[in-house]
Amino acid sequence: MATKRVPFWQREKYTPYLLLLPAFLILMFVVLLPLLFSLYTSFTGYRLIRPESLYDWVGLRNYRRIFTDGDFWSAFGRTILFLTIALNLEFLLGLGIALLINKITWGQRTLRTIMMFPMMFSPILVGYQFKFVFNDNIGILNNALYALGLSDGAIAWLVDKYLAMFAIIFAEVWMSTSVFAILLLAGLFAMPRDPLEAAKVDGCNSWQVFRHITLPFLMPFVFIAMTIRSLDVARAYDIVDVMTGGGPAGRTELLWTMIARTGYDNARMGQANAMAYVSILLSIAFTYYFFTKLLAARKYMGGAE
Amino acid sequence: MEGSIRKRVGAVATWLLTFILMIIICVPGLWVILTAFRPNGEVLAKPPVWIPENPGLGNFAKIFGFGGDQIAIPVSAYFANSLIIALTSTVIALLIGMSGGYAFARYRFKFKNGLFLGLMLSRTVPGIALSLPVFMIWSRIGLIDAKMGLIIVYVAMNVPFTIWLIDGFFRQIPKEMSEAAQVDGCTRWQAFWKIEFPLAKSGIASAGIFAFLTSWNEYALASNLTRSTDSKTLPVGLMDFTAQFTIDWAGMSAMAVIIIVPALILTFLVQKHLIAGLTFGGVKG
Repeated sequence: MATKRVPFWQREKYTPYLLLLPAFLILMFVVLLPLLFSLYTSFTGYRLIRPESLYDWVGLRNYRRIFTDGDFWSAFGRTILFLTIALNLEFLLGLGIALLINKITWGQRTLRTIMMFPMMFSPILVGYQFKFVFNDNIGILNNALYALGLSDGAIAWLVDKYLAMFAIIFAEVWMSTSVFAILLLAGLFAMPRDPLEAAKVDGCNSWQVFRHITLPFLMPFVFIAMTIRSLDVARAYDIVDVMTGGGPAGRTELLWTMIARTGYDNARMGQANAMAYVSILLSIAFTYYFFTKLLAARKYMGGAE
Repeated sequence: MEGSIRKRVGAVATWLLTFILMIIICVPGLWVILTAFRPNGEVLAKPPVWIPENPGLGNFAKIFGFGGDQIAIPVSAYFANSLIIALTSTVIALLIGMSGGYAFARYRFKFKNGLFLGLMLSRTVPGIALSLPVFMIWSRIGLIDAKMGLIIVYVAMNVPFTIWLIDGFFRQIPKEMSEAAQVDGCTRWQAFWKIEFPLAKSGIASAGIFAFLTSWNEYALASNLTRSTDSKTLPVGLMDFTAQFTIDWAGMSAMAVIIIVPALILTFLVQKHLIAGLTFGGVKG
């Protein structure tokens, strides 16, 4: 019997590409094409109120303008500061919580479930919840401080420059620490017992055991958590938008709220797109960094193909 | 003797820390829930009323439009929109994700790592940054303020993560099982539905719940791509309350409870699979 000629889409070699085709088509349509369009727009003086300005090519003017704008740089710096503080706090607190829950034997499952609650909260709800908690007039925090005699007046949490930033970071850390806690706890569960006991027999103290055995073993889990987190660091936009809207007087303005204000409220799409590209590169840099760390850690674990 | 005292102090410290931790996690949410069941007057009272004095379902009745005084915010329409958009986008994302996850788990091909990285990077684009061009394009092709417009966006948002999770679940199933089925005369397609799919089912379900929650909770894109009750979702609707001069804390809290309850129920259902999926998918890669 002559071998039948197999049409190319049925050949084994092409199957994986065919299976991935729907995923890439939708991403092309919703992410890649819009991003190309927005790259083009960032070189125009496009304003929403003047549609014909879409063809108004201005070269690098938008980028020049934002890079010489003090407000942009302070929002940029604030964003970096915000991310650095939030991610480090989340990691340290998550590690602490994982070690703590790992020690507890009674009620551990319940604690773990409660730990997961904040992960499932919509960022907009987290923002609302803390807008309520930190409200200077009726917030539970001020009421509690007053009832305990710790303060004699209303503390304007969301109005003061530093307190507002603190409140936003608090909300962000509240929402995202559980990602670290849950994944690091899973790492602790998966940890083999033998090296720990061997180290104890050899006379290591508990800090040495933690530093040289537990922590290296947990690193891949740390990087998974960091990668998952860096995938959507911009979720903080929702929180800030509800809690302060970037105010008071732009003191909690992050890159993302600035993009929204420039693009939608001021209708300067061209300039907003230029800022958006800075924020995209920032997110990609974060994710790429942690993803390569994760790949390296995987190799170290010997699990990668 | 000294050792046992140290041990006891340690145990007390552990419990104390855990207790404080649980308070910080639970109190803000509990406070919102308590507020949802009390009249707005009690929220504003000075000195504060800690335990609701006359709790009731008044706020829920009001936001859903039962009884006399309906407020101006059409929560039931938002609820229906949220449900339709989240469910539809989840189903589509799962189908695409199963197909893609299977490809990554079972085949070796050129550019595999590069394609995977590309998928992940597409997910990193901040919602607000993506919303600008999507807004411009959608308004040209009539997808602004349409449920379909959001559904398409959410499918794209969920596909990368769904593929990652499902890839991990398929990898945990030994290749030999489906190979044995193929030796026995199944096609690869049949082997998938008879062997791999049933085994990965609970994992796929948890990926689906995760996708559902992402769509259910999304705000940055929804707030810019929707305009009216035709497509506004619950998180966008929540902001309607703050647009008013005085914030209706009680009504807003009732709406917050409506948003969070489905999410919490789903969390209980998936927690085990989700952790397993994230860690195995990530570490064993």
